[in-house]
Amino acid sequence: MPGRIAVSEGAAAVWQTATLTEIRRETPRATTFRLAVPEWAGHLPGQHLMLRLTAEDGYAAQRHYSIASAPDDSGHIELTLDHVPDGEVSTWFHTVARPGDTVEVRGPVSGFFAWPGDRPALLLGAGSGVVPLMSMVRHHRARGLTVPLRLLVSARSPQELIYAAELGAETTPVFTRSAPRGVPVGRMAAAHVAPLLTEPPEGGWEAYVCGSNAFAEHASRLLVAAGQPVDRIRIERFG
Amino acid sequence: MNVTRGFTGRPRVHRPGLPPGQYDAGDDWPVLSAEVTPDLGPGDWSFRIDGLVERPHTWDWDAAHALPASAYDGDIHCVTGWSKFGVRFGGVSLDAFFDVVRPHGSATHAVAYSHTGYTTNLPLADLTGGRAWIAWEYGGGPLPAEHGGPARLLVPHLYFWKSAKWIAGITLLDHDEPGFWERNGYHARGNPWDEQRYSGDRDGDSDCD
Repeated sequence: MPGRIAVSEGAAAVWQTATLTEIRRETPRATTFRLAVPEWAGHLPGQHLMLRLTAEDGYAAQRHYSIASAPDDSGHIELTLDHVPDGEVSTWFHTVARPGDTVEVRGPVSGFFAWPGDRPALLLGAGSGVVPLMSMVRHHRARGLTVPLRLLVSARSPQELIYAAELGAETTPVFTRSAPRGVPVGRMAAAHVAPLLTEPPEGGWEAYVCGSNAFAEHASRLLVAAGQPVDRIRIERFG
Repeated sequence: MNVTRGFTGRPRVHRPGLPPGQYDAGDDWPVLSAEVTPDLGPGDWSFRIDGLVERPHTWDWDAAHALPASAYDGDIHCVTGWSKFGVRFGGVSLDAFFDVVRPHGSATHAVAYSHTGYTTNLPLADLTGGRAWIAWEYGGGPLPAEHGGPARLLVPHLYFWKSAKWIAGITLLDHDEPGFWERNGYHARGNPWDEQRYSGDRDGDSDCD
């Protein structure tokens, strides 16, 4: 398994205050929270951070979240969070949070799932697993990169496809429960993956898989079966 | 303290054994691994100890199982925030393997590596004295592949990324050498009671684990 990006020791160790500046509904379950973090040291697409909420009595809850925004969004980062039933942190975000509130963040942490924009990237995501992949797509666009990038994203329905309005020609959506007229319904399959691997770009794909463990297992097996080298598959599993 | 407006959190239940910043995952056992789950059966598995030892040795599945069985009953803690209480792993204490290879007095650290190429570093003292195992059973059954089966390292008093899945070997060194996650920003030791999550977190002093 290959190494990747060295992470700044200082940035990850220090908690910083982040101020909520904007809340954008993405789907019935997922919402984007934009945060001003003036001292943010920057990140690479695909990295995550640790977020902490503190109650009056000192109780603190911390969670890891993938960063959705591209780097260079000066002093701001965006997170897109699913509302997890009974999730103490996501419930606060979805039911209490409003612009002006402050939370604490530290990071970015972990450089393994990061994509600096250097190699052709084949991205496979499901549900909110599209979040770190969207940071890569946004980075690709913002920098006008010409290195090949493709996104296969699975959602239950068009209504639950996060960032639907932003996805473009690089993206193939796969719908597992309901789809627009004329679009097949079903889980991601070899037929989606194989064509991208029979004609890989020069140097081959760096594959990034993000979603539930079940999706990650399924999608990574599809990639291996289609000929993608196992040491060029990076996986981020949500739970 | 930076209080978050309107955040109360879950009802507080005093939970002895829960390190700072952790929550009880209950029955869940999240899978966290950055790589493809390997197709590795007991017949493909082997485990080697080398480096600063008198007699480097490699065990296959049957030879490892011939060592005295040893179980761990207790808790595990993942750096991402969840802890899992009352788990049971079966396998063999690493002490039994070290009795065979006999570490040199100069050995201070270890690098554990997996059949997939994953590495993680540990002080040798964290692997001896009945605190570490090679585990192949979980909850009375075979350890599932996605959790590191057929066999993984188990060092439950440290964050769980130290418990390398699909363990293939341990090399003893006279110095510390960062492993995979440690090169990617994680702490060199990873003691949950000192919250040693990331590189730059304090080195801590509570060796009472």
